[in-house]
Amino acid sequence: MQQSDFTAAILDPNAPVPPGLLDPEGRPAGKRFNVYRNNLAASLTDALETGFPVLARLLGADSFKTLSLIFSRAHPPTSRALSQYGAAMPAFLEGFEPLAAYPYLADIARLELAIRRSYHAADADPLNAAGMDPATLMEQTPVLAPATQIVASPYPIHGIWRRNTQPDAPKPQPVAETVMITRPEFDPIPHLLPAGGATFAGALDGRTTIALALERSIEATPGIDLAPLLTLFLTSGALTFQKGPDQ
Amino acid sequence: MYDLAQDNRLPHFAGIGYKPQHFQSLISAPGAVRWLEIHAENYMGDGGRPLAQLRALADRFPISVHGVGLSIGGEGPLDPDHLARLKHLCDWLNPASFSEHLAWSTHGDTYLNDLLPLPYTEATLTRVCAHIDEVQEALSRPMLLENPSTYLAFAESTMDEVTFLSEIAKRTGCGLLLDVNNVFVSATNQTWDPVAYIDAFPLAQVGEIHLGGHDEDEDEHGAPLLIDSHGREVVDPVWALYAHTIARGGAKPTLIEWDNNVPDFPVLEAEAARADAILQPAQV
Repeated sequence: MQQSDFTAAILDPNAPVPPGLLDPEGRPAGKRFNVYRNNLAASLTDALETGFPVLARLLGADSFKTLSLIFSRAHPPTSRALSQYGAAMPAFLEGFEPLAAYPYLADIARLELAIRRSYHAADADPLNAAGMDPATLMEQTPVLAPATQIVASPYPIHGIWRRNTQPDAPKPQPVAETVMITRPEFDPIPHLLPAGGATFAGALDGRTTIALALERSIEATPGIDLAPLLTLFLTSGALTFQKGPDQ
Repeated sequence: MYDLAQDNRLPHFAGIGYKPQHFQSLISAPGAVRWLEIHAENYMGDGGRPLAQLRALADRFPISVHGVGLSIGGEGPLDPDHLARLKHLCDWLNPASFSEHLAWSTHGDTYLNDLLPLPYTEATLTRVCAHIDEVQEALSRPMLLENPSTYLAFAESTMDEVTFLSEIAKRTGCGLLLDVNNVFVSATNQTWDPVAYIDAFPLAQVGEIHLGGHDEDEDEHGAPLLIDSHGREVVDPVWALYAHTIARGGAKPTLIEWDNNVPDFPVLEAEAARADAILQPAQV
């Protein structure tokens, strides 16, 4: 028996059990083979439920389980580390006709994948602006910390995320929202990124000063208030310094 | 040959499979828990809480790194990237033991996230031994290989499981991880005699024992079908088989595995204490 036959039969619940697999009486394995099918389906459904808690909450347990089964057969894992399993979920949801009326779900999946990437990202010392005079601060050339992740959406993904994770969170308003996830210590925190924030973050490449990055943000989004934007980046652990090759 | 005294630094007492929700209990009051086992694949990120907790635990407990995704029984070559990640983890942690499974889980690019069975033939024996040689060379350390839970048999098998595992240990010098619950599950499913299995097993090569819970089902002919679920207490017949194993082979590092429906720490600690009570008279 080839492992390719075994694999194909595990992934297709309607496929016949491969020949040569037996019960102790020498009869075809039948239901015994289904243990392997069930193990795989249950473990992947669990992994997706753990990885997409807000998506699961929005869809409800039964619908999410159905979605998980369909998704996991179409996209079985390609890596043994399941911490990023479901990377194909956003694109899958965008093409999934039964949920076409809920186009924000794909971006919620993107947000939850970004939270997981943040959780497992490398540790970094945050830029510490305390005691730094403003002129010195403006000349710093930081980068985004490895755990900092940005997800932009035409939908209120921060509001939807809050509404489904925090008691008494307000009802989401129908606006486009960009989320920045930072990880001050071990727990990723999704922040609503103010206008100009994505431009500011995108400008920080380790050579560009904070002053120049702020200038770019104003050019891209005239009239924005720079103070709350800068405060968010400086107090959330979003920034760090690039390490040189010898560090 | 695998040298228990030299190649395995796990204490001959009870340990548990580590779950993050038990971190505080383990730091403050571990009770009978003397060592921990982690699933290697959960610690392959770049940083964050998983690695920080593991570092803190490794200061207090001997750690066993248990791989679940290497696919040693796979038809294809071992994944060099995965082997490199395992090496990175083992070099960073310097664990007391490294173990993997007699099973396969990948085919091409597809990872099936389960421990799938192998026919016991001369051809699979040769392939598994070559993969174990490769692992032991890459990690620069001997490994333990675990006996599987199986639900079906292969028409093409030409030798029994104990012969197959004994021959692997002999050819590669690896040690064995004896999962007593897996013996009970497979013996029930395959209508083998579990005591005869233990009596034939090369216990001198066993560096670790696993105990876990299983679920009971039956097949379409009404025959019992036990499923290795790791979701409940170890059942009494498995404790009895474990006591028989210890009486015969001496005290061994013994792990309580509980991966699904994970209970509060005191429940796990009580299982560890129960294993310790069986180990006590066998301590030298």
